[in-house]
Amino acid sequence: MALRATYRDAGPVTVVDLSGRITLGDGSALLRKTIRGLLQDERRKILLNLADVDYIDSSGIGELVSGFTAVKNQSGELKLLQLTKKVRDLLQITKLYTVFDIYSDENTAIRSFL
Amino acid sequence: MTASAKHLEITLETQVESVNLAEEMCLRVAEAAGFGEDDCYRIGMSVREGVINAFHYGNQERPEKKIYLAVDITSEKLIIHVLDEGTGFTLADVPDPLAEENLLSTSGRGIFLMRAFMDEFDVITGRTGGAEIVMSKKLPVPGGNSTNGRGGEETAPKRGA
Repeated sequence: MALRATYRDAGPVTVVDLSGRITLGDGSALLRKTIRGLLQDERRKILLNLADVDYIDSSGIGELVSGFTAVKNQSGELKLLQLTKKVRDLLQITKLYTVFDIYSDENTAIRSFL
Repeated sequence: MTASAKHLEITLETQVESVNLAEEMCLRVAEAAGFGEDDCYRIGMSVREGVINAFHYGNQERPEKKIYLAVDITSEKLIIHVLDEGTGFTLADVPDPLAEENLLSTSGRGIFLMRAFMDEFDVITGRTGGAEIVMSKKLPVPGGNSTNGRGGEETAPKRGA
């Protein structure tokens, strides 16, 4: 399933709801475009909701890392919310589980930015 | 594509769409061979990463080059070959994506994932002179009723070598 991305405001935090696959090609490109667009709008507190993302390949992982670094380089924060089991396992074996701030509850995640 | 009971091969164009095509084809073969959902996911992901490697690193995204995918099923295992038309590489030269200095790298995790998800993995020099990824997974135990088709083996991915 192609990746879809929408975003909403939760106070100063921008929650990006993603659904589908983040893979080489359109999926990775859309994630990149979305994060870069938010940074251009000076939205630097970004919470990626991955609850409906059931598949990420190495290209998608690379794009998550690229987004994390891009936001951090602009003194912002990018965090992850509600990982599916497959995505959680991927981030664990690649040791990125320790790099990203990851939450299972949206309110807790939003409060962590404040 | 030629097909027999135990051998499939296909020549792929060097384009992004080939990655999905290869994954879908191998998923169908793995399902038909009796692999469970978790193992099918791992096999599909490994094929995907192998073809991404051939597309991007081997063939340098040059459309005049081809990617050769072959799948064999023996009495014991499913074997996948992904061959490109690049100049080849040595596994020992591939940086460790788990090293502290590479954790925030935006690439270089494909080989690691294939190693983690398959039972056997190697890279040899293929007939084209390019890299040929050879990877395999043991066939599921007949009559096994686990979700991954491996007789109750845990479902979490194992770490790479």
